[in-house]
Amino acid sequence: MTTTTRRTVLWTLGAGAAALGMPSILRAETKPRVVVLGGGAGGATAARYIAKDSKGALDVTLIDAAEKFTTCFFSNLYLGGYRDFESITHGYDTLESSYGIAKITAHATAIDRDAKQVVLADGSKVPYDRLVVSPGISLLYDSVPGYSEALSEDAPHAWKAGRQTQILKEKLDALEDGQKVIILPPPNPYRCPPGPYERASMMAHLMQAKGLTNSKVVILDVKEKFSKKGLFLEGWENHYPGMVEWYGPDIHGGIQHVDVAGGTVETDLDTFQGALLNIIPAQRAGEIALSAGLTDDSGYCPIDPASMRSQADPDIFVIGDASIAGDMPKSAFAANSQAKVASMTLRADLLGSKLFPAKYANTCWSLIATDDSVKVGGQYAPGDGKIASTAGFISQMHEEPEKRQANYEESLGWYKGIVSDMFG
Amino acid sequence: MLFFLITLVSARLDGRAETPFDPCRSCHEIGPGAKNRVGPHLDGILGRQAGSVDGFAYSKAMLKAGEDGLTWTAETLSEYVSKPRDFVPGNRMSFRGMVDAEDRAALIDWLRENSGAKPADDVTAVSPAPTVSSDMASIVLQTEGDPAYGEYLSTECVTCHQASGHADGIPSIVGLPRDYFIRALLAYQSNIRDNEVMKLITSSMGNEEMAALAAYFGSLSPN
Ligand SMILES: Cc1cc2nc3c(=O)[nH]c(=O)nc-3n(C[C@H](O)[C@H](O)[C@H](O)COP(=O)(O)OP(=O)(O)OC[C@H]3O[C@@H](n4cnc5c(N)ncnc54)[C@H](O)[C@@H]3O)c2cc1C
Repeated sequence: MTTTTRRTVLWTLGAGAAALGMPSILRAETKPRVVVLGGGAGGATAARYIAKDSKGALDVTLIDAAEKFTTCFFSNLYLGGYRDFESITHGYDTLESSYGIAKITAHATAIDRDAKQVVLADGSKVPYDRLVVSPGISLLYDSVPGYSEALSEDAPHAWKAGRQTQILKEKLDALEDGQKVIILPPPNPYRCPPGPYERASMMAHLMQAKGLTNSKVVILDVKEKFSKKGLFLEGWENHYPGMVEWYGPDIHGGIQHVDVAGGTVETDLDTFQGALLNIIPAQRAGEIALSAGLTDDSGYCPIDPASMRSQADPDIFVIGDASIAGDMPKSAFAANSQAKVASMTLRADLLGSKLFPAKYANTCWSLIATDDSVKVGGQYAPGDGKIASTAGFISQMHEEPEKRQANYEESLGWYKGIVSDMFG
Repeated sequence: MLFFLITLVSARLDGRAETPFDPCRSCHEIGPGAKNRVGPHLDGILGRQAGSVDGFAYSKAMLKAGEDGLTWTAETLSEYVSKPRDFVPGNRMSFRGMVDAEDRAALIDWLRENSGAKPADDVTAVSPAPTVSSDMASIVLQTEGDPAYGEYLSTECVTCHQASGHADGIPSIVGLPRDYFIRALLAYQSNIRDNEVMKLITSSMGNEEMAALAAYFGSLSPN
């Protein structure tokens, strides 16, 4: 039984007889309300699919703190000078005008699961029958000793796209020959496993293109292994000899402290000096998922692998980076794929539409240099109580340049594709 | 790349000599009785208004270009073929482009000589596609596809292949003839067409999935 007053009133007013045998929610004459919290890779896709496939039978509201969405994906290409900022920034206009989605631009401060409503910063409340939560990540600034949110103006993480990405770009563009950039990649799990290394490639590309041949990118990693490691190491050696240095914890022994003002990173081995520090701290699910009690000890949200339904609340679906998606990486492709399974299940909940077996996919392209793009991909399905990998591939080392160039073309096509799949 | 590969395979199979038209052949028919396939037939192409072949599901962009007066001449065709995506933005032709001006000139000379025939009376009738694993294909072709299942499965495809039918670095798969669609999936599955993502995606597909997807995408029109 739904609990809102309006529904109860309509019900008593005598929609009764007609409603016999129908799911409780259909008895009401108001449409069931779906709220999507977070308008990024997961949320925008979910809102669009729910609105499109329910053909007006559901009332869809999309809440995001921002007016426009800047994609993290391809933000490294912006840093490298391959894209401009506008080309990675997208509005919600088509979702509103062509799909009838109500977009609310506001920060959500809480999810009141008992009352089934989302509370916004101005105190107003948005009630839901089903809620999709796709808030992305929150950053644990103090996971890096000496770093803080306030210092991210000087040493940007740029791991949430927008102003942070622009700050990093401005600082990169201001580098002089001989100056170094230090990247501190995060520990697992984090969004976009190959992201820090694609970023290093784009920085080296920019340095090379501007003739800063004595500059360097130094990566001080907390991990011994990372996504596409062999491909990146090979690519750096081929394209940017001597310009990208990677140190794992076996070499540097551990990161002791960063001094943002002084531009230094102290490790067991040595103190590294950089004109620009790009510090990417550890991560967990977006704050709102934590405060709503949707997370477990890992800081991420357990879900049912066959539906993306929250294990904490059957009326809530958690998708994207905030979810524990088993073998899937935290990527926009993955979030987009999970959104479709959640949307299908949610429509079946509210409208009784048909359910098909859940399946998921991911492919991540990384640009190493002009026309040299590598990719990794996988297919996934529920299994062993998680979203389990069923097949996968990764680009090979020493591939033909034509193949890498075709990968790049393909990645451009993917960007266009996913953006139109998210925003219409 | 893909086009060349397919063409080479089919050229070898049917013993045809190499021609400048080979890269086009996997999608376009030309000569007596030619029909529309993935692309429109090319009989009478020189002097033809763009987007004007009956029964072919053109993109809105190509229809508009034709209405605005674009006619295929040696010059316009050469420019188009050099990079189709840029010459008529939003069109559906999934061909990266022929960069070399001499190659384009040779192609246009070849078209001038070979496009004079009359097309089939009914250009919309489907003719058999180049043979790729035809036994497999005919089994899948006999499977009736469930468009509702296809619609669900298609959500995986449209992350990359735009539902609008626009091709920007990844081919359009909207409105393709059913047999072509199925043969293409089989070709990826069996590595005749070389693409890791498509090999992966098709690896988990059975006849039912392929038939369902072909039915669904075949029912869409580009916009
Ligand atoms: C540098 C970099 C490169 C990347 N490259 C790729 C790539 O090439 N391919 C790929 O697939 N992925 C890539 N990714 C990963 C990808 O960006 C993320 O995995 C993806 O965006 C996750 O989607 P999401 O919906 O979970 O979160 P997001 O896309 O981050 O969306 C979350 C949204 O929720 C909103 N929000 C959060 N909390 C609230 C609140 N309380 N109130 C209101 N709004 C809220 C935020 O404003 C945001 O818009 C990259 C990431 C980075 C950092």
